[in-house]
Amino acid sequence: MAQAHSNAHGHGKHDHGHHDLESLKQFGFWLFMITDVILFSTLFATFIVLRDNTAGGPIGTDLIEMNGIIISTFILLTSSFTSGLALLSMNKGDKKGLILWLAVSALLGLSFIYLEVNEFIHLVHEGAAISTSAFWSAFYTLVGTHGLHVSVGIVWMTAIIIQIAKRGITPVTKRKVNIISLYWHFLDAVWIFVFSIVYLMEVM
Amino acid sequence: MLDTIKEFASEFFVTGDPMILGAQVSIALALVAIVFVLTFFKKWKWLWTEWLTTVDHKKIGIMYIICSILMLFRGGVDALLMRIQLAAPQVEFLHADHYNAIFTTHGVIMILFMAMPLMFGLFNIVVPLQIGARDVAFPFLNSLSFWLFFAGAMLFNVSFVIGGSPDAGWLAYPPLSELSGSPGLGQDFYIWGIQISGIGSLASGINFVVTILKMRAPGMKLMQMPMFSWSVLSSSITIMFAFPILTVTLFLLFLDRYLGAHFFTVDGGGNPMMYLNLIWMWGHPEVYIVILPAFGIFSEVVATFSKKKIFGYKSMVFALMSISFFSFFTWAHHFFTMGSGANVNAFFAVTTMIIAIPTGVKVFNWLFTMYRGKLSFPTPMLWAVAFIPCFVVGGMTGVMLSVAPADFQFHNSYFLIAHFHQVLIGGVVFGYFAGLYYWWPKMFGFKLHEGLGKWAFWFWNIGFYVCFMPQYALGLMGMTRRFNEYNFDMGWQPLNVVSTVGAFLMGIAFLFQVWQIAHSIRFLKMDKSGDNWGQGRTLEWSIPSPAPHYNFARTPQVVGQDDWWETKQRQERGEADPAHVAAAKTAPLEPIHMPKNSGIPIIMSGFWFLAGFGFVWDWKWMIVLGLGGVIVTMLARSFNYNDDYYVTVEEIERTEAAAAKGAN
Repeated sequence: MAQAHSNAHGHGKHDHGHHDLESLKQFGFWLFMITDVILFSTLFATFIVLRDNTAGGPIGTDLIEMNGIIISTFILLTSSFTSGLALLSMNKGDKKGLILWLAVSALLGLSFIYLEVNEFIHLVHEGAAISTSAFWSAFYTLVGTHGLHVSVGIVWMTAIIIQIAKRGITPVTKRKVNIISLYWHFLDAVWIFVFSIVYLMEVM
Repeated sequence: MLDTIKEFASEFFVTGDPMILGAQVSIALALVAIVFVLTFFKKWKWLWTEWLTTVDHKKIGIMYIICSILMLFRGGVDALLMRIQLAAPQVEFLHADHYNAIFTTHGVIMILFMAMPLMFGLFNIVVPLQIGARDVAFPFLNSLSFWLFFAGAMLFNVSFVIGGSPDAGWLAYPPLSELSGSPGLGQDFYIWGIQISGIGSLASGINFVVTILKMRAPGMKLMQMPMFSWSVLSSSITIMFAFPILTVTLFLLFLDRYLGAHFFTVDGGGNPMMYLNLIWMWGHPEVYIVILPAFGIFSEVVATFSKKKIFGYKSMVFALMSISFFSFFTWAHHFFTMGSGANVNAFFAVTTMIIAIPTGVKVFNWLFTMYRGKLSFPTPMLWAVAFIPCFVVGGMTGVMLSVAPADFQFHNSYFLIAHFHQVLIGGVVFGYFAGLYYWWPKMFGFKLHEGLGKWAFWFWNIGFYVCFMPQYALGLMGMTRRFNEYNFDMGWQPLNVVSTVGAFLMGIAFLFQVWQIAHSIRFLKMDKSGDNWGQGRTLEWSIPSPAPHYNFARTPQVVGQDDWWETKQRQERGEADPAHVAAAKTAPLEPIHMPKNSGIPIIMSGFWFLAGFGFVWDWKWMIVLGLGGVIVTMLARSFNYNDDYYVTVEEIERTEAAAAKGAN
């Protein structure tokens, strides 16, 4: 058990409040995700309004290569699955498994980001930058905001891995893993919408 | 070398205007004075440990309120400058550019940096006490919210002496706010100032929703919650749904200006009207976000000083929630003239009118609460009573504006200006003043001087009507907003002079309030008993004033609505408390689990300020430093497991005994 937690237990029977605090934070995080849904909805709405405004410049169908997108989609979906495996290990009390699966999820996330950055570089070379037209502005902003969320998630997940390695599975680290995995699944769900609305509807 | 410094300084500081030079000098002198006083009295450590790093909701609330009063002063000075210009447009007291900057900052400051912090200040001070909680759900986040607001407000305000003020109107419509229309730095200060403080507001919204839903004292059902807490819940839910839209909108405008994107530009396929839709999808709910808590305050004040339960509790709750729901479906009434077609305009006209129904329900409920009540009229009640006619007139002119065809005439005229000032001053400001006077003794343990408060009250009220009633007429006479000059033969000058006189009456009223606070501190009469008005109804009045830092020594057991009033009634009748309440009151004290102070929020917000400032000037090193600092401080928070402690039973006993002594 973590020092902090055993300190708290030093006070004896008054400590049942500690678990409440953890569930409170989890509830707060659900509310945060509602606000994040609104944030993405606004970006999706913007994209849908501006999707035909290419101002005579290149259009999505010409430049976007679906193969790469499908690969990164599978990578992200798999990382969601592995973060689920991390949760299973945690509930079994398996610290090593937890760290392993979290690390795998973070690495998969990293490769997703790598592919996305490559895609962006490729598109810019083809003459479609954020300043090319309203369509590309909306495209980069929507896809990029999702990518930024994933990047934040990777840093955060790494921090949690270090904390688990140091402190083991405690109510506090447990709550942290629960929250990051919520966040990770949420980003996956957002990606499904990005994939359908931005890529499928644009290219197919 | 000297030349480069000179060149830099002339770009960095706003130069060439004697008024701004005066402001720069006085700001510098004030800063020197503050540093000197703090150093001379050796108060730095005290300031840091007691205030800057505090996570105590009551202290954070007080800091919010201090900031908002300072901002009220600045926004008020802006208003008076505009009124001077409009009373004598031939004199050209403010040239056009300066006038543009001033009406822009007046609007932003009054809504986002005066009304919002005053609102969060009252949320912070009252809600945990009112629902019987030890603190808000996330005290650290609460402190971070405050400091983000503070960093944003400073970033916005500094623009007026460094770099240049924004001057594209308080909502910064493109294409004017685009790089092509506003090449200066003011608009960037606008974006980052509001963006940073907006993140804080969003976090506060989440914080108070969790606090109210999860932290109520045992026994307090939702439908027994004090009305102010209900209004905070509805307002916070509205914040949660509205503020992310603001974040995105400002971010898109930033991308347009910084990376040359084409969201709202006229060329490249951009669509400026998109911005109007987005900003008002936030902006309209925003005005309900600030008015709903004012409604809650009136409900508390009216019930207290009528010695009656609030009339129609359920309909009040229903009205609050339906207002926050409908507030999301009215945004297009801000631009009926955009040309969306009759069907769209009809939809938004009807939803706008629908909001008048729950609002009307609330007005009748307040009147029926007063009906046959045992009325008394101390200052909080005066503000509540003055609010009702004022808000009814403001609301009715709002319904007039919602009639889409008629709005083509009213649009952007002084009729509109008079309308929204009437609902914002008559509703929000009067409401928050009522709340401030009402809960002031709870914050500080003494009441504000009643006589001076009445002077301030009458100056505010008379000043308000003298200032804004002529503006309705001016609007109908064709005067439009945002012009610093008009021709003498338009015939607008007499009414404008009257309006300016009214504005100065309100300025005098503000001075009375400052005097009132100073006077009340000078002739301090402490009253720590807790129930300062003698007829408090809700839990905050059951504990000493000011509340001890852990709030409740023993967690209260709630039986019903207006619990503290009912408890006092039982005592008067000589009845015993229900067994579980009595048991809770006499239970042995236990150590109280509390969060530790933290310096991370203020440091992290400092880095946000740096990042924002760097983006404004496009100084890459500063952006990297700022954002890097934000990430490092976030990780520092994540890795810190030592963030709580216990208040010992001895300390609680000592504090409670001292409070009891102060009461006698």
